Amino acid sequence: MTPEHGFEHPDVIICPGGPLLLRGDHVVEDADGVAHETVRPVSAVCRCGKSADQPWCDGTHKVLAARDRP
Amino acid sequence: MLLPKARGELSEALFDTLRSESEVEGLDLRPTDGDDAHIALWAMYELHYAGFEDVDDEREWNPEVLRLRRRLERDFEAELRARHTATTLDEPFAEGLFAYIADHDGPSLAAHVQRKADREQVLELLRHRSIYHLKESDPVAWSVPRLPTAPKAALMELQYDEFGGGDPNRLHAHLFALGLEASGLRADPFAYIDDVPAEILELNNAMSLFGLHRRLRAASLGHLAAFEATSSLPSRRMAQGLARLELPQEMIAYYEEHVEADAVHEQLAVRTICGALVAAEPHLVDDVVFGAFTCLDLEDRYAQRMLDEWVAA
Repeated sequence: MTPEHGFEHPDVIICPGGPLLLRGDHVVEDADGVAHETVRPVSAVCRCGKSADQPWCDGTHKVLAARDRP
Repeated sequence: MLLPKARGELSEALFDTLRSESEVEGLDLRPTDGDDAHIALWAMYELHYAGFEDVDDEREWNPEVLRLRRRLERDFEAELRARHTATTLDEPFAEGLFAYIADHDGPSLAAHVQRKADREQVLELLRHRSIYHLKESDPVAWSVPRLPTAPKAALMELQYDEFGGGDPNRLHAHLFALGLEASGLRADPFAYIDDVPAEILELNNAMSLFGLHRRLRAASLGHLAAFEATSSLPSRRMAQGLARLELPQEMIAYYEEHVEADAVHEQLAVRTICGALVAAEPHLVDDVVFGAFTCLDLEDRYAQRMLDEWVAA
């Protein structure tokens, strides 16, 4: 069964309480101005600020208190 | 690769008849114990992956072999379902599934490796993990043609990354093989199958069971979701533990790759894969949870066994 207007397939997905997913090839500049190229079909960009692997998500948001999650 | 060592009466009868050139027979035996049942099941599943040099390829579809496989699978699935308590997830689905996985509390091998494990324990763990990691993501690949459009596309988006995005040098199973070689371990498939405990065979057999049955496609994807959602942070701990013990960079790199990759994959597995599946086929939500539970529970059982052994030693 196909939805009336096709399937949703956004380029950017904001995950509640988690990272921002980027589909495709991008260059992401981190907070220190350093450019990082994406290397996989979908990349997860840190939104909580606590990842040890900036600018990418490393799952750290999951150990934060709910009020500290993005 | 050759058939593994038998672990009881049933696996001995099975491996003897698989190797022989005469008709397959003599399989109406009860397994001696869990080890016997699970090494037999593991070997019958392996006929569908790479097979064995000492078994005729025709025997993948031999009716007597399939009859035994089905008998052991029914017992195994009944046992897995008996361990599971059905749960209603909170809404929305993705947050509900993430919370269900996060609320599951179990012993952590990664925490032990990070702080306490010695080199021998870590090498033992890597030998055990090699049974799965050398065919990482293969079992869930069986599920692809069994899915409707949206979850099928979503699963391939994740699998494309697992399989290296088209570059064999980046294929995750290959990265693990490089890590094994650099660590002085054997990287040929299943070199250590005779050394692994039944818990490792169960972990692997559950993935093949879910992958090879269309009926269990939702459990296959639920298993994937729980696996990915419990990987990033433990992989960081594994990498730190391996660095503490001065294991080779190739093995550390495998776990570092999984910190970043699985932070993406957990979102895809929960949201775009399982989320799309239950949107298309809402009645499958219970099997998604069953698959997720099975992943977490079998991992707990393996972790508890190893921690008990290591503490006792």
